[in-house]
Amino acid sequence: MSDPAGSGAVGVVLVSHSRDVADAVARLAVALSGGTGGRLVAAAGGAGDGGIGTSSELIVAAARRVDRGAGVVVVADLGSAVLTVRALIVDEEDEDPGGSSGEGTLPPGTRLVDAPFLEGAVAAVVTAGAGAPLDDVVRAAEDAYTYRKL
Amino acid sequence: MAELDTGFFVRWLTRTASAVDREADRLTELDAVIGDADHGSNLRRGFTAVTAALAEKPPPSPGAALGLAGRTLVSKVGGASGPLYGTLLRRAGKELGDAATVSRDDLARALTAGVEAVSALGGAAEGDKTMLDALLPAARALPESFTAARRAATEGAVGTVPLRARRGRASYLGDRSIGHEDPGAASALVLVAALEQTWEAADE
Repeated sequence: MSDPAGSGAVGVVLVSHSRDVADAVARLAVALSGGTGGRLVAAAGGAGDGGIGTSSELIVAAARRVDRGAGVVVVADLGSAVLTVRALIVDEEDEDPGGSSGEGTLPPGTRLVDAPFLEGAVAAVVTAGAGAPLDDVVRAAEDAYTYRKL
Repeated sequence: MAELDTGFFVRWLTRTASAVDREADRLTELDAVIGDADHGSNLRRGFTAVTAALAEKPPPSPGAALGLAGRTLVSKVGGASGPLYGTLLRRAGKELGDAATVSRDDLARALTAGVEAVSALGGAAEGDKTMLDALLPAARALPESFTAARRAATEGAVGTVPLRARRGRASYLGDRSIGHEDPGAASALVLVAALEQTWEAADE
């Protein structure tokens, strides 16, 4: 691929209870990727009204924004952020009786990674920015748990 | 056994919405002690949206009513109760399929599947001081009667008081979570009590 951070690259969505945290971690990750991850990452922080919380609408919109057909990796912080993403992923696999769940669902192949938020975000954005495929981006983010500090 | 139709399910969900609205302050107060003081307001926002969605797009079947309510809760709540209650209702709705009417036994089976999905989503088990402590006994008792289910949910919710939280924000408190009713179990009781009331109102 001539443009590793362009079409066909894996997208990364950062879901935090706080808009400030999600935006700041996204900026940090892009900076540490040498700028290559800039167009691949989207932050979905806070509740829809800008307060502390989780918004499935912001998460879905962010995932669609960074989806280039190569998959989307979601890194989430805690509690409802994790549960909301997991419920949305089940949503994408399931259809309810009497009505599709098409609107408001994540792009196909979206994966929630089991990773610490900041370290996982940096690892995912750096590897996605280098043009790595979905499995490698997931593995890099999940490996972040093994970076010991002592 | 009398069959439950789509209207019954819509009345159950709207009755739940009214009860959540009335109980929201109490749920938030319970949550303020061991959680983050948003349970009542989050559920109120979610169930207000459920009532609106049911009115705007009348569901064609009991399963569709639960599915629509569940999807609405996932998208509107903004706290952990959204994906948890949303998963409960969506999974139960899926279990009911497209049937125009269902029996109480069908509903018991569907709720059991829903509760299992909640357990898988949140990783909690009975005794962890969560909504499951009211929902699991209620689903087990529902084949007997709606009243038995509500009684079981009541006992389950009250039974969370001496438990130590093992899931969610309250789990960070460790032993300090002991002695307080779990807000999720309290709101689960609201849902089950509304089911009993809907049945009694239909029976009159």
